[in-house]
Amino acid sequence: MRKAGICGLVLLFFAFATLTAACGGVSSTATATDDGNPERAIQNKGSDTLVNLALAWAEAYREIEPEVSIAVTGGGSGTGIAALINGTVDIANASRAMKESEIEEARKNGIDPQEITVAIDALAVVVNLANPVDRLTIDQLADIFTGRITNWQAVGGNDAPIILVSRETNSGTHVYFLEEVIRKGDSENTDVFAPQTLLMPSSVGITSEVQRNPNAIGYDGLGYTDPAHEKLIAVARDANSPYVAPSVATGADGSYPIARALYMYTAGAPQGDIADYLAWVQGAEGQAIVAELGFVPLPSE
Amino acid sequence: MAAANQPLDASIPPDEIAERRWGELIIEGVIRVAGISSIVIIALIFLFLLREGLPAFLDIPLRQLFGTRWYPIEEMFGLLPLLVGSLIVTVGAVAISLPLGLTTAIYLGEIAPPWLREILKPIIEVLAGIPSIVLGFLGWIALAPLIQNLGAPTGLTAFTGSLILAYMSLPTIISIAEDALYAVPKEYRDGALAIGATQWQAIWRVVLPAARPGLMIAVMLGIGRAIGETMAVMMVTGNAANIPSLGSGIFFQPVRTMTATIAAEMGEVAQGSLHYSTLFAIGIVLFLISFAINALAGRLVGVEGLRRSRGGML
Repeated sequence: MRKAGICGLVLLFFAFATLTAACGGVSSTATATDDGNPERAIQNKGSDTLVNLALAWAEAYREIEPEVSIAVTGGGSGTGIAALINGTVDIANASRAMKESEIEEARKNGIDPQEITVAIDALAVVVNLANPVDRLTIDQLADIFTGRITNWQAVGGNDAPIILVSRETNSGTHVYFLEEVIRKGDSENTDVFAPQTLLMPSSVGITSEVQRNPNAIGYDGLGYTDPAHEKLIAVARDANSPYVAPSVATGADGSYPIARALYMYTAGAPQGDIADYLAWVQGAEGQAIVAELGFVPLPSE
Repeated sequence: MAAANQPLDASIPPDEIAERRWGELIIEGVIRVAGISSIVIIALIFLFLLREGLPAFLDIPLRQLFGTRWYPIEEMFGLLPLLVGSLIVTVGAVAISLPLGLTTAIYLGEIAPPWLREILKPIIEVLAGIPSIVLGFLGWIALAPLIQNLGAPTGLTAFTGSLILAYMSLPTIISIAEDALYAVPKEYRDGALAIGATQWQAIWRVVLPAARPGLMIAVMLGIGRAIGETMAVMMVTGNAANIPSLGSGIFFQPVRTMTATIAAEMGEVAQGSLHYSTLFAIGIVLFLISFAINALAGRLVGVEGLRRSRGGML
């Protein structure tokens, strides 16, 4: 938790020298290990959505395999895929699947891209169990969370005010919801959350408010929701599309609109260090980091 | 012991006196440094706040800084909702804790029999030691659903925060106010009763005015506790950076306080960014507010009042 008060600032002031010294110590040890063993490097580039997750994986993996160094850079899914096609990276990160045209291009260069799903990024919209509303479109969600709709009656519910619940602005989930639901993925759109939105410092804050307030609506990573105590709203892309309830399955197959699989692409079937790394990413340890960063882990068979 | 009663010059050789003088000088020096150090630390804190927070005042147009929207990730840095939020929560807390705290202190100091006082006073002092996060948790789990059942749109409101803060500042107010009443000489009461005043008249007309400076300090410390509290408030006020609409429901709407904003956003903000310096700017505003409260307390108590209270205690 972040409990920095005024006294924290003073502490910060005095801790500066110590911190700098500590950082110096860490980097010098790292150089010593590098010198001792020949490094095997993996180049990893792409999606900005994935970049923090990829960095966390790379850092954690370094402790397991110190000889393998993974260099992670962002730049966007397109950049990563382009680099894979040109053969300049070993792993491309992408928050969308490769297009047919891109795959063809890669094959022309003698590269056979292999898709590996590494995590799922899905958000469930939750309301109180007593709320009669059980399905909403993305447009309705956008209207609700920007404050254009303020009464449940407008979306087929009771005549009651809508209480908006969200994560704090520094949460990645908040930003994802802002970009994908409120702004519907349109980068020109400048809509933001209504000012009366309750901002919760934790997922538990959202869950507890939704569970006890019959008029509350919130959203949260699927992994944090509890279908026994709150209602998960079925969401439709637009009024003509089917309403889909959030689940790991509908998140993974792409039918749930506020979810997307996150991929890593390799040139040809992964081998050696890359295969070991990807297996670790998809394994229990890698997926634990996925959950830590607020993404949906892959379903464990 | 006998030697100590003799004049120093007669019993101690001159070089030893010089040594003692040196010793005294060192002790005096240490005490002086200790006395000044707190002033130096406060000055350092303020300088540090200024250095980190000043860019916000320079880089953000004032009109935006006093705008009505706080949404830092989209570069909306309006401090007004946060100021209003802190104000509402604090005013609510003071409105609850002031009458409750002062009447409790009067009961304890003037009316309660000594044996009851001996039981109650330590218990109230124990209350002061309850960590604020525990009270916040209590407010979140128990108080918020209660407030919601009273008809508020959500249990996480300014009033919920005020209740928790009032409870938190009560021990401070009671303890200090009771000490102030205790310092009023017994002769004042006896005199009042002797000329035929009732107990209530003696308390209202004689004891309370005599204890005024101490009571004022109790109130100011209580307010200071309320406005600076962070974690408990963050848990129960909903943190919506919204300016509540005026009216009877103003206390029953979610608000976001300045302290909660700093606590919630400091951890993830990029160092040196505009958002970062704006959080420090909020710190400056908080610092100035507490400074103003102290200055006001000084003015209200007044030099005359301070002298009287000292005279009373002697």
